[in-house]
Amino acid sequence: MDTPVLKKKLGLKERYAAMTRGLHWDTTYQPMDKVFPYDKYEGIKIHDWDKWEDPFRLTMDAYWKYQGEKEKKLYAVIDAFAQNNGQLGVTDARYINALKVFLTGVTPLEYNAHRLFAHVGRQFTGTGARVACQMQSIDELRHYQTETHALSHYNKYFNGMHSPKHMNDRVWYLSVPKSYFEDACTSGPFEFLTAVSFSFEYLLTNLLFVPFMSGAAHNGDMSTVTFGFSAQSDESRHMTLGIECLKFMLEQDPDNVPIVQGWIDKWFWRGYRLLSIVAMMQDYMLPKRVMSWREGWEMYIEQNGESLFRDLARYGIRKPKGWVQACEGKNHISHQTYAVFYSYGAAAAFHTWVPEEEEMAWLSEKYPETFEKYYLPRWNYWREQAKNGNRFYQKTLPMLCQTCQIPMIFTEPGDATKIAYRESDYQGDKYHFCSDHCKEIFDNEPEKYVQAWLPVHQIYQGNCFKPGVDPTKEGFDPLLAVFDYYNFKVGRDNLDFEGSEDQKNFAAWRGDSVQGAKK
Amino acid sequence: MTVELHAREIQPLRNTFTHTAYYVGNDRPASRYQEATLDVQPSDNFHYRPTWDPEHEIYDKSRTKIKLADWNVLRDPRQYYYATWTIARARQQDAMESNYEFVQSRGLVAKMSDAVRNKACEVLMPLRHVAWGGNMNNSSICAYGYGAPFTAPAMFHAMDHLGAAQFITRLGLALDEPAVLDAGKNDWLNAACWQPLRRYVEDTLVLQDPFELFIAQNLALDGLLYPLIYDYFVDDHIALQGGTAVAMLTAFMPEWHAESARWIDAVVKMAAVESDDNRQLILAWLTTWADRAQAALSPVAELALGNNGLTALQEVRDALDMRCKKAGIVV
Ligand SMILES: [Fe+2]
Ligand SMILES: [Fe+2]
Repeated sequence: MDTPVLKKKLGLKERYAAMTRGLHWDTTYQPMDKVFPYDKYEGIKIHDWDKWEDPFRLTMDAYWKYQGEKEKKLYAVIDAFAQNNGQLGVTDARYINALKVFLTGVTPLEYNAHRLFAHVGRQFTGTGARVACQMQSIDELRHYQTETHALSHYNKYFNGMHSPKHMNDRVWYLSVPKSYFEDACTSGPFEFLTAVSFSFEYLLTNLLFVPFMSGAAHNGDMSTVTFGFSAQSDESRHMTLGIECLKFMLEQDPDNVPIVQGWIDKWFWRGYRLLSIVAMMQDYMLPKRVMSWREGWEMYIEQNGESLFRDLARYGIRKPKGWVQACEGKNHISHQTYAVFYSYGAAAAFHTWVPEEEEMAWLSEKYPETFEKYYLPRWNYWREQAKNGNRFYQKTLPMLCQTCQIPMIFTEPGDATKIAYRESDYQGDKYHFCSDHCKEIFDNEPEKYVQAWLPVHQIYQGNCFKPGVDPTKEGFDPLLAVFDYYNFKVGRDNLDFEGSEDQKNFAAWRGDSVQGAKK
Repeated sequence: MTVELHAREIQPLRNTFTHTAYYVGNDRPASRYQEATLDVQPSDNFHYRPTWDPEHEIYDKSRTKIKLADWNVLRDPRQYYYATWTIARARQQDAMESNYEFVQSRGLVAKMSDAVRNKACEVLMPLRHVAWGGNMNNSSICAYGYGAPFTAPAMFHAMDHLGAAQFITRLGLALDEPAVLDAGKNDWLNAACWQPLRRYVEDTLVLQDPFELFIAQNLALDGLLYPLIYDYFVDDHIALQGGTAVAMLTAFMPEWHAESARWIDAVVKMAAVESDDNRQLILAWLTTWADRAQAALSPVAELALGNNGLTALQEVRDALDMRCKKAGIVV
């Protein structure tokens, strides 16, 4: 019988290395460049993958136990919410429209993140980076699935949430998040991480998270609050991955700095444009407001971002090019965006409405320099029109920015009365942009952005009808045919909140339950 | 009264999402697996071609030669979605922790003879790297396969492989000094008996067709390796010579293999049943890769089981052929 010997124990860091990097070997039967073909062509130079700092040290045993516990708790809340008809506890059925935007616009991005993190989790030559990305891949699948499950209950009772996958692939305004994320997914692995993990998750994420999750909390939606906070606990790992990857690139070679700076410029602006939808939701669609878009911007971007870029200056990184303009935009973009959705309210799968009196007062207070001056008069006019039975609906199709795909609604820097237009010529065609920064993104990579599936172009080209539809047939209504292609239930999913089925059902359901409670 | 009022007045407008209802109907709520998985991958109007693969769309059926009218037929009989997968694995992890406690409290490692312990390490430590190859390959299947019913379980399977590689690592650290890991890696890289298997794994790392990769990794290689190692070597050989500790500390592997085989067989079966072309393709892939895997595992089988190695491996191969036959692929 052997005598037990005292074994050498590994420290935490060495133990984690044995559990991850120790698994790797340099292949010899197949060349390493063939096994890892994708992480060189962007021009990022990596001399020593061993210098990669693991952003977190989670082995699968701990991951399973920790995540398994979280899932048990989360699904207990989701189940209870459904059983108790929790949807009746929200402040007002207008609130549900924020969830419609989330389910159709954001949730499909989680799915894409899952697949593309599997791709980079396979392709980075460095093992530490691969493991971190793989964990994020399953986390993102988790987000897709928990959001779907939590919002599934709302879909049973409210309109506009029945076809998130179908709509995300087709609907004009959903091409904004779709093209944003596909842009990242079709980039090389280092740009993908800069776009998603750094620019979005590290720099901008609070601007998405706070309005939706605190918004949910303030508006009585405990189901969304729970999945939001549960997802946020994964997010801290993802944010660390973003900043670690950025610093790793910058430390590996000075030649990487200008490439990374270009990506930061691009993805800050792409993310900022994307978030204009969140800005509108935050300022206009939450019956109970949390904070204004402007306040969130000042807190999370101007303050936090300032110190972040001060820290990154030692690598030779400066603030993104669009910084100043985006900071100016904090006073405008929510108003400009919501006005577009209000006027295209027939062509959206959620409801819009004129803000109530006290909401206008709140907007005046939160935006003292801009709301009354530029935006209130139009609301007063539209409210009058609606009162007289002329609720305004825009009937023409807008021109879209070739890069961000948002209609041309944003104004010139320094002049909020003038819409900004930019254009570029490429191979004999003209392309249109909402801003200098969107134009520059195009000019840097025109061969990519000419491929964009621009919804309005596609409608004009007849590509947005269901198969078998005959546009030459008498009485053909192109707009209705497009809505059919989108799977919009006209009159139920779209138009003003006032008079909607959501509004009526919610009132009836709540009235009944209030009466029931009184007995 | 209140309850009845609720039940009568608050009728749902619909039971599930339209893309889910397309498969399961709308007359009753869909299951969580169904809502989480069926037709959830974006499929239309992609904006840009991947700069890393301009020949294809982000999600593209033509990355594989297998043709399916609808990739959503490749259901996972385990019906795993993230929550059920993690909760199942967390439970297995708990069982593994109790095994560790048991082994420790009885001093089972110290009771093993040096010969048995060394044999266990010699055979099992290089398998860390095989499992890591399985992790990479299943990440590929997830990234380049088509449709969430096929790709989501592949990512679970990738992480399971990482888990398996970590269980082996932990076993090495429990049985011996940390240097045992380096010794295993050295054998993996240099010892003659491991080279055919390493060549096999490296050749799969460059396979481009995600379905062929699925066959080569999950069916052909793992279908032979896991029974050979965990049934024949660990359970029937090491455990009987006083190495119960090894069996207990690797208990996850055979259990996981049996469970995930249900998924793998279902995928093969559904793909094969769709057309004769598919069946022929899978058969050709399976024959090539299972023959290669058997050859590559021969020196490993002899290392593990001595003179009985090749017989054991042939039994394992016969069992795999039977498994494939049930899935509609007759070798
Ligand atoms: Fe996420
Ligand atoms: Fe733009």
